[in-house]
Amino acid sequence: MGILQMEKKTKAIQIHCDDNVATLIDDLPSPGAVSILGGVGARDVIGTVSIQAGHKVALMRIAEGQPVMKFGIPIGRATRTIEPGQWVHLHNLISSHDERSGTLDLNTGVPTDSAYR
Amino acid sequence: MGEDSTNMPTQTPTALTEWTAWLRPDGRKGIRNLVLVIYTVECARFVAHEIARNEQDTQVIGFSGCYDNAYAIRLMLALARHPNVGAVLSVGLGCEYTQPGKIAEVVRDSGRPAEHFFIQDLGGTRKSIQQGKELVAKLRDDIRLRFRRVSMTPGDLVVGCECGGSDGTSGLAGNPVVGAFFDKLVDAGGTAIFEEIVEMIGLKQVMHDRAASPEAAAALDAAYEKALSYCQSVRQYSTSPGNFAGGLTTIEEKSMGAFAKSGHRPIQGVIKVAEQPPEPGLWLLDSVPDPHFMQFGYTNPNDTEGLMDLIAAGSHVILFVTGRGSVIGSPVAPLIKITGNAQTYQRMIEDMDFDASPVLHGEATIEQRADALMQEIVSVASGMASKPEKLGHREYFIMYKHQDTPGLKEGCRA
Repeated sequence: MGILQMEKKTKAIQIHCDDNVATLIDDLPSPGAVSILGGVGARDVIGTVSIQAGHKVALMRIAEGQPVMKFGIPIGRATRTIEPGQWVHLHNLISSHDERSGTLDLNTGVPTDSAYR
Repeated sequence: MGEDSTNMPTQTPTALTEWTAWLRPDGRKGIRNLVLVIYTVECARFVAHEIARNEQDTQVIGFSGCYDNAYAIRLMLALARHPNVGAVLSVGLGCEYTQPGKIAEVVRDSGRPAEHFFIQDLGGTRKSIQQGKELVAKLRDDIRLRFRRVSMTPGDLVVGCECGGSDGTSGLAGNPVVGAFFDKLVDAGGTAIFEEIVEMIGLKQVMHDRAASPEAAAALDAAYEKALSYCQSVRQYSTSPGNFAGGLTTIEEKSMGAFAKSGHRPIQGVIKVAEQPPEPGLWLLDSVPDPHFMQFGYTNPNDTEGLMDLIAAGSHVILFVTGRGSVIGSPVAPLIKITGNAQTYQRMIEDMDFDASPVLHGEATIEQRADALMQEIVSVASGMASKPEKLGHREYFIMYKHQDTPGLKEGCRA
């Protein structure tokens, strides 16, 4: 693959070989291929939705209740089965410690359980 | 913004490995020679800031509460005797519990000149500002000659780091570059301090495995359990809407990204707020409140509170890693702001000191950016103003809190 083609494609980094998600370092503006760097070696996954830089994409199927792995450690567990290429965030991943993380707005992260009155 | 660099250290020709600093009586070296104005109640805040306005090398901190607090007093005394501080003017209203005269006494005992007064005694705002400015000028003249100038190298440096406004790049670029810099600093004989134990939730074993000794392992375990119990009882973990919008989903994920700033060297132990690391190496700062009957004090209610704790530990320079962007600065120790997010760096380039993002795009290795960060820190240590310093940012935050600190005296209340 030529350098110019490399630069066009959205890239994501798998930090640890045990990880089942990778972190995007470019925006994926629409569903399509994401080039995975690091981890077990370069390959592509097909992102199923647009995903912003800094967010995570699933590298493999993660069954409901199973740990989501990043940095080689569990960062929480899947609240529903996640398919390869899906965006992994507040709608399908919950902290094992912070019960409030399941109540946050998916796109803005703003709490939905605070009363302003 | 009331200061310039006429009183900054001078760079030597071999500027990047050695520079000149001010030697304090306790043997520590300062990279700035500041007059610190300290107010002892909110009622004296305006006068304190007016005194420092347009005065060179003069900065302000203070405590808002009228009723005193041992933690806040310890914190102020640690800042007042920081190696970057040469002299102190303490200003009170006259009614409050916290005593400016006691602060001045402790500062004089440290071999620094200090003055104090009550606004009520001097007859109000205008007279106090006038008297305060005269005292600041006198103190500044005094410390220009009082402290010997000596050579300083990276091995003499104490550097603290925290992160704020983290996003998905913080754990990939910003914090790993700081971690690699911390490795280099420790290897050079320097002291590195990191904090935010509440951002280590989920990492008990990872931390434990980094301990330099069984004592350090026990201290790390205890600090972890306290932080976890604290987070469980207040139902607040150290995540914010900006983190989630930036791609971080859970506290465990944020924790691991934040922990990357500690690098790879063994952790020597845990210090509490206003304690100094007893020897060089890598140290964890515990700013989480200890159990107390009044239960007061959030752990780090904002970024500035954590930076004050790092400065009070004797950090000459402090590092702040952000993904989303930030515009804060600090008194006493210059702040260097680092981002691993290329868009944030470009968008906020007037505020951001250092771009770690080249490591994400294959343009530099983590090692190369860590070397560049060392050079940036040495430049600031040798007198170059960091971006927050240039812009005049001097945010501070001292709060009511309780920590058990058997190793420390009770400050002014002893």
